[in-house]
Order: sequence, then structure tokens, then C-alpha cells
Amino acid sequence: MTIAAPFPVREFERAGPGACPACTLAPAATGMAGTAKAALHGIMLSLPTAHCAACISTVEHSLLAVQGVRSARVNLTQKRVSVSAAAEITPAQLIAILARAGFEAHELDAGLLSSTDMDRQGRELLMRLGVAFFSMMNIMLLSVAVWSGAEGATRDLFHWISALIAIPTVIFSGQPFFKSAWASLRARRLGMDVPISLALILASSISLFETIEGGHQAYFDAAVMLCFFLLLGRYLDHRTRAIARSAAEELAALEVPRATVLVDGVDVIRTISEVVVGDLVRVRPGGRMPVDGVVTDGSSELDRSLLTGESLPVFAGPGTAVSAGEVNLTGPLILRVTAAGKDSSLHQMADLVAVAESARTRYTTLAERAASWYSPLVHLLSFSAFGFWMWKTGGDVRFAINISAAVLIITCPCALGLAVPAVVTSASGRLFRKGLLIKNGTALERLAEVDTVVLDKTGTLTMGTPEPVDFASHPVWAAEIAAGLAQASSHPLAQALARKAVILDIMPAVIEDLQEVPGYGIKGRWQGTEVRLGRADWCNAQALDVTATYLMAGPRAHAFAFEDHLRPGAAEAIAAFKAMGKDIRLVSGDVEGAVGQLAVRLGIDDWTAGSLPAEKVALVTGLTQGGRKVLMIGDGLNDTAALAAAHVSISPATALDAARVASDIVLLGASMAPIADALRISQQARRRIVENFLISGGYNIVAVPLALVGLATPLAAALAMSLSSITVSLNALRLK
Amino acid sequence: MDILAYLIPISLILGGTGLAAFFWAMRSHQFDDPEGDAARILCDDWDKNPMPAIPAPLPKAP
Repeated sequence: MTIAAPFPVREFERAGPGACPACTLAPAATGMAGTAKAALHGIMLSLPTAHCAACISTVEHSLLAVQGVRSARVNLTQKRVSVSAAAEITPAQLIAILARAGFEAHELDAGLLSSTDMDRQGRELLMRLGVAFFSMMNIMLLSVAVWSGAEGATRDLFHWISALIAIPTVIFSGQPFFKSAWASLRARRLGMDVPISLALILASSISLFETIEGGHQAYFDAAVMLCFFLLLGRYLDHRTRAIARSAAEELAALEVPRATVLVDGVDVIRTISEVVVGDLVRVRPGGRMPVDGVVTDGSSELDRSLLTGESLPVFAGPGTAVSAGEVNLTGPLILRVTAAGKDSSLHQMADLVAVAESARTRYTTLAERAASWYSPLVHLLSFSAFGFWMWKTGGDVRFAINISAAVLIITCPCALGLAVPAVVTSASGRLFRKGLLIKNGTALERLAEVDTVVLDKTGTLTMGTPEPVDFASHPVWAAEIAAGLAQASSHPLAQALARKAVILDIMPAVIEDLQEVPGYGIKGRWQGTEVRLGRADWCNAQALDVTATYLMAGPRAHAFAFEDHLRPGAAEAIAAFKAMGKDIRLVSGDVEGAVGQLAVRLGIDDWTAGSLPAEKVALVTGLTQGGRKVLMIGDGLNDTAALAAAHVSISPATALDAARVASDIVLLGASMAPIADALRISQQARRRIVENFLISGGYNIVAVPLALVGLATPLAAALAMSLSSITVSLNALRLK
Repeated sequence: MDILAYLIPISLILGGTGLAAFFWAMRSHQFDDPEGDAARILCDDWDKNPMPAIPAPLPKAP
């Protein structure tokens, strides 16, 4: 299956200089860490959009061009780059550099991503797979000679050599099956691994007996081939789960939880777990509240959209209670911690999610349903064949056992073991390349059943970045004053205004005595009069029901309305959902004006504004009870419970930690278009799985009667097994 | 049939060598990034001037 690379890539020091003309730009950071003398540290970044050789080259070159970066190596399979750099280099710097080169990057917590138990298990399985492959090929060489008519001593010799290779192989490579069969027997269940182990043991021991007796037929090749194909299925399955698991780890690693704690007036960076109630925490503008607390000093505006879905910033001053997860927009704040870590509102929400999740793990997959009737049937067939031939031949145990072993070998779910993993691997690989991480093994199957799509607005359908909409409709002088004020502020609305002014060629007016008033806005003097840009009440303006900033200048106040940037691909995704005949609902915690506007723009008829988190859950559970299979797409804390309650859920990578944990699939890139592909691919995958079951069933229908009447030869068994496995794998690759 | 006495051991040894090579490749982490390795062969950054062996000089570092 896997072909060894001609050049050693990672440990090329062994190969010497000339042997590696490949473009290995730098040694892996892991390899360097040990040898580095200076204070180097490893930085791990996720690169969701990297996909080709040019990407590797651009990313590595632009990182290596940074002073102090010692090595940078992209892993395209995992879409990560590991960087080894001097201590003064921060991940934020590198992310900015990659953004300039055109790549989206997120910081990962390198500590959480260290090689895991999962890796070791995977390597072990691969090792067993390699051994089984080697033995299969060698035994097949000898078996072909026997099938084509080797007689007497030659045949016995070939059987003996086969036995010498096969028996250690079955003992070594079959261990995963023996272990899990033993475990399921002890739990008094009849899993798929019981007939597999029985077939392996029976085939090997019967063949050994026949070899000793100088018999005509030995099933060594079948036993080893069985091992190989089943291990292949097992390995693919493991890889899917390992990727899902590392995806989960990666997401946990995305949010590096730290807080700036004030100790005797000095800033100290601590991890969240070390922050205790009563500590003073400083949150800079643009930072996310790490804990629940009460503002003691400073004033600012808060973006609560992740928690409540409302897109209008909220004022915060001394005495305001804040919850973890809110984003501080304008001024620095100092909080007194009221709850941290496990007690914070974020964590309590995560606990709720865990409860909802356990309900979902009860989902029975197609493979489990197939196995539950398949394995009793196989045992029944094999034992009744044994009983029948015992009676028919008048007690010829050797013959009867031969028949029942042949039945077990032929019915052995070789293709069945590959049917699901091959399809799931192919489908999730395809989705991963499109920028979707499948976190849960059964998510694909569940996604295929979806008939209703429930969407959140802020941060999901929209990017959460505002864009001025009616800038040009204001008098030129007002626009010029607004631009002049806005360019001096770091508030997201002001910055969006300033950017738009540049695009519209509006010359910012010259404003004197500029002064930012955190939590309110920015003020200054224009031609001798005071002008202000900021909150409605501070500018003597009437507040609108859409996101807006207000300008106080001249006789009346001017309102500059904003609209959230639509997420790229959102319109396409909605159109695709409609084309597939899905029922679409938009549920948002935001005000009616903003939600209605967006719903009209996207052509969604069924929308609800001002929903509380509990109402979102109620909607999802209500639909579910009505027999619907709901796909929930959301990003905020207010969506988390709904995400967990839905049949299957998707969240963008920018979503809050808790929301990502609660969802089955994570959208890595900014575009929403891959979600429509995901629905299509999941439906295809489900079809392929069912087809694969039918194919392997078809082979059995032909081969089992032959085995039952005693006509099955080792050649027939080998043919049926390899043909069905190959057809099934090829069918899986048909996924587009 | 005497030839079998040579051919069978030879085939086993050849297969065994392949197996040993597979073990070595796996132990040295060559299957960690199959996609990246497939893409890297296309870039020509080090064609003229092959990558030096470890210890690598600091690229453009002070």
C-alpha cells in the first residue's frame, strides 16, 4: 500500500548532502529542539488554506525570512507548520507575516499536540499490516505453485514453508482481532471480531493439521490474506479516528488560555487555571475576557455577540459584570474575578454540552447494524455446515471441520471490514482538503440524513466584521469629519469607517484636539466646534435598530449604519441547501432589523430574531421531536446547547471554544461554501457504504453455497476474498 | 527441481529486505506527511544547491 519514499526526508542527516535534492527547506523543528544551544522555542501554527507545493514554498520562505526563525517546516497532511525560533519571536508576529503572504494561520498549543498514544497505536497497526503483506505475497507465490499442480513432496514442502511463514504472522498480525474478540466474549457479546478470530485460528490450525498429514488443501494463504485485508480496514478506521482526535486536540490547542493578572501592580501572565477568585485581571482592547468578573477600573465597549448573538457593542464601566468569552473593544479594563476556570460561565456551558453529547454517542452506525445480524448468521452457517457433514459422512470430523472452516473463511467479513473505513477515509480526506475537519467518526453518516438546516447569524452567516452601508449618502462635509475622527480610533466600527473612506476617496477633515473617550467614542475640534463620533446617547442622537455609529457635528446628528460582512460562500451555500430541498431556518439573538435584512438578502423565509439560547435549543429539539434531522450551524456560546442538541452540527474555526467542542465538524477556512459540498459528499458516502455492503454480500451469495457443499478450494477462497476487497475499495474511491 | 533450493530462500530474503526497509522507513517518520512529500518534489528551491546536511546553517539569521 504505502510506498517508501526514495529519499529520507526527516532524518536526512543520515543520507549525507548529495542524497537529498528534494526541497527540504529546513530540518523539522522537533529534530532541532534537542540540538539547539540558544533559547529556541517551538511554535506550531495551523494553516487551513495550504494545499500545494507553492504554498509550502511560500510559507516556509516567508517564515525563514524573519530574523530569528531558525527553521520552518510545513506538514501538508496535517496542514500545520512547525517553527523553531528565538525566544523573542511570538506566534502573533508569524501569523501577521503569513497573513501578508496570503495565508490564514492560527496558533496551536504545541504542548497539547505532542505525539500521542494514538500515534503509537497507528504505527503498531501499520507494522502488523506490513508483516501481513510480506507474508501474504510470499505464501501466495508458493500457493500459486500448488494450485497449478505441484504434487507429492513438492506440495508438502511448499505447505511446510507456508506454515513457517503464516503461523508466526497470524500470531503477530492477528493480535488486534484476538484481543478485541476476547474482550467482547468476556462481555458476552458476539462482535465482528469473534468470527474473524475463529476463522483465523481455525484456518491456521486446520491447515497445519493437513500439512502434517500430507493433505491436499491448506488455507495458509487465506488466513494471511484475511489478516491483511482486515488490518487494512482497521488501519484506515484508526486513521480516521486519529485524525478526528487530533482535530479535537488541535481545536483545544487553538485557544491558548492565558490571563494577565495584576500582582502588586505588576502584570503577570498566568494560565487560566492559576487565576483565582478575587484576583485583578487586566484585559487589553481587542482581548477576550478570560474569566467572569466585575469591572473595577476603566471603561470600554464589549462585543457580546459570541454569547448572545447581538451585534451592537455594549458599554462597560466600573461595576459592569462581564462573562468569560466577551471581547473588549476600546479601552483597557481591569476586572475583579468572580468566577474562574471550572466555575466560569464558559465552563458551565461546556458541562451542559457534555450531557447533550452523550445522547449522541448512542447513534448506531450502518456498520454496527450490519455486524449485529451478520456475525450470528456466519456462526450459524458454519456450525450447521459442520453438523450436517458430520451426519452425512457418518462422523468424518476432518472433512466436516474443513467445510466449516471454508465457510468461515469465505463469509469472513473481509470486504465488510473495508466497506465502511474505505469510504469514510476517502470522504473525510476529500472534506479535509476542502477545509472541513470531521471531529466525530459518525458525523458523516449523520450529515447524510439531514433534512433541516438551522443557522445562526452573527459570526456564522456573517463574519462579525461590520461594513458601513450608507456612508456615501451623507453630506460630504459630514463624511469628511467622520473619516477624520474615525482614522484616529482603534474601535472596529471607526476603523471600518476609515477604510471605507479611503475606498470612496473621501479626504478626512483635519480635526484638532483628538481625544478617545473609552466606552463612548472619539471627540475633537473641527473649525472651532466640538465634534464627536461614537455612541448614540453621547452624540445626542436617536439610536437606530441596526449597528451604527453616530456623528455629532452641525445642527443634527448623523447616523452611519453598518452591516455585517456576509461570510464568503454563504449565499452559495444557502442556494445549494435550497437546491437540495433542505428546510432552512435562521435563528439569531440579534435585533429584528439586522436579522430581517440578512434573511431577505439571502432569501431565507423562515427567520427568528432576538432568540435566547434556550429558545434556540427548544427550536432544535422541537424539530427533532417532529421527526426532522437537524443540521445546526453556529458559533457562539448562545448556540452551544443547540449545537449539541442537533442531529449533527458545524461551527466555524473562529467560533468560541465551547461551540467548537460541541460541534461534529469544524469549518477551518473563512468560506461557507464547503458545507454544501459536505452535505453532498456525505450523501454520496452513505450510498457508497450501502453499495459496498451489497457488493460484499453478493460475493458471499455466490461463494457460500460452494463452501457449504464442499466445493470451495483455497483458490476459490482467495479469489472471492481479494476480488471483493478490491471492488469495495475501488468503489470507495469513486467519491467525487 | 534443485533450483527450488536456491529460489525459495532468495525470494524470502528479497521479501524480508523489503519488510526491513518498510520498518526502517516507518521508524524514521517517513509516513508522517505523505501529501507534503509528494508536493515537495515539485519545488526547485534546492535544485542548484542541495540542502546542506545537519547542522543546518541559520538561514538569514543574525
